Amino acid sequence: MSVVIDRLSVSYRPGAPVLRELSLDVNEGEWLGLLGPNGAGKSTLLKAIAGLVEHTGSIRLRGADAASLRHRDRARCVAFVPQEPVIPPGMTVTEYVLLGRTPHLPYLGTEGRSDLTMAASALALLDLEPFANRSMSALSGGERRRVVLARAIAQQADILLLDEPTGALDIGQGQNALELIGYLREERPMTIITAMHDLTLAGQFADRLLLMAGGRVVADGPAAQVLTAEYIREFYQANVEVVSVNSGVAVLPIRNGAR
Amino acid sequence: MGRPTADLEPVGLRWGWLATMLAVLLGAALAGITVGPAGIGPGQVINELLGAGLAGRPSTLSSIQQAIIWEIRLPRVALGGLVGGLLSLAGASYQGVFRNPLADPYLLGVAAGGGLGATVVIAMVPGAGSSLLPLAAFVGASVAVALTYAVGRSMGGRSAVSLILAGVAVAAFFTAIQTYILQRNADTIRQVYSWILGLLATTGWREVLVLIPYAVVCGTGLVLHRRLLDVMSVGDEEVDSLGISALRVRTTVVVLATLATAAAVAVSGLIGFVGIVIPHTIRLLVGVSYRSLIPISAVAGAAFLILADLAARTVASPAELPIGVITAFVGAPFFMLVLRTSKRYVA
Repeated sequence: MSVVIDRLSVSYRPGAPVLRELSLDVNEGEWLGLLGPNGAGKSTLLKAIAGLVEHTGSIRLRGADAASLRHRDRARCVAFVPQEPVIPPGMTVTEYVLLGRTPHLPYLGTEGRSDLTMAASALALLDLEPFANRSMSALSGGERRRVVLARAIAQQADILLLDEPTGALDIGQGQNALELIGYLREERPMTIITAMHDLTLAGQFADRLLLMAGGRVVADGPAAQVLTAEYIREFYQANVEVVSVNSGVAVLPIRNGAR
Repeated sequence: MGRPTADLEPVGLRWGWLATMLAVLLGAALAGITVGPAGIGPGQVINELLGAGLAGRPSTLSSIQQAIIWEIRLPRVALGGLVGGLLSLAGASYQGVFRNPLADPYLLGVAAGGGLGATVVIAMVPGAGSSLLPLAAFVGASVAVALTYAVGRSMGGRSAVSLILAGVAVAAFFTAIQTYILQRNADTIRQVYSWILGLLATTGWREVLVLIPYAVVCGTGLVLHRRLLDVMSVGDEEVDSLGISALRVRTTVVVLATLATAAAVAVSGLIGFVGIVIPHTIRLLVGVSYRSLIPISAVAGAAFLILADLAARTVASPAELPIGVITAFVGAPFFMLVLRTSKRYVA
């Protein structure tokens, strides 16, 4: 098992839990898509796995109790890409990707030859070599997303957490972003957990989907089992038609009252 | 995709720029030692410093000229260099750790705290000023930054902006107390006034010797943190996800930068704008990475303050302007320029 979560609870304010005793196993090499309406706790679950929020209950990462791991060791195991990563103005692509090596360096140390090699191969993997000396400020949105992924790859973590990788993207960019993640997974075996808004993309890219509501898991399984019109009506209050396509499942919103 | 890859160029210190700035610093120091009413030429100065000072050959200068170089000008240049280096280093560090290009040693209330500490001693302890002043300034600066830190944390947890706002509030409060004390002790206003504008007055090597331990500790500590300051630029949450405690880095760097500022303020009063002018200029030259910015800013800050002091001594000669007037004259317009151009960084 890559990630084993047992009765995980998170509260930002006393008495208002965001996650309620959530339990979950994620297999080695699996791509798990987290679904659910806004406020369901998707981002919080990712942050809890990355060790960024206080929680009760236990999280095991590749067999080790996460609470007993040092920060560095946890960061070697889990890479986290937030929904809107901070892009430092003026920093070069190489400098940014090298930040991913931080968990592999001594606290006050600097990068050695092997770190440069690792960063270079992350850049090559994402076809970013021509951008190595460019400023992050000068890149397009799509190029920046690739650089952010390159930083996560340079971190050499087995578990990659992505919060809304298609958030704020148009339909083509969103599709490209997920194709890229699928490609990365083929190049380097990784467990991938993504919080996702777009149900149709989720139904075609993730191996397994987890539908969350009110901080709990309400459905868990392959797309055909989780993305049903009934579930989506109940938890998203949306009227949809679910269509089977070659690559998975597509979810079509249907206007209320239409036949 | 997936083909063998060439190695990247190492990302690190821009040695060429460091060497250039060291050359500028040497030139500034030579000018600082040479220029003055005693009429000693640059050749004589070099001869005296290298020949008589280092090689131990007999000096060609009169004993008065020797005293002017060794006991007046050299310590003053050394003091200017140390103060400028410390202020510039502190400014670059605050900017990195608060991710705010407008942060400088004065924004966190460090200056107001130091000023209040000094004012209390000058007004309340007549005659004890000169010996107690540095200590009082240091205590005041430390109290101010601790207060800023506590208020900032209680306002908005880990946010950098809340800390800056807290600094503004603390500075306003401390300045109000300082003004009140001054109004109640009108006879000491003149002495405090000269201190507020900054003064590089030396009595031999005493001030330099006071500063050296601070410069060594703060300089070493901050230079060691230069890569972590680059890491800090991606925001606390991402820093934490990289296995580094953003809070720990911020606390360490703030303590070191405050120590540097307080030490500089204690011996030379309030010299403004060095902490913002120098790091911004260096950023334009060498890029935003703190790996280069931290050490090169320190060297450039030293050169800048030596030249500013030279101007302060010569512009209205034989009278001497407070050096803070010179740095403000250069720095205030520059600060406005930074305000205009850094909108994209701040927004």
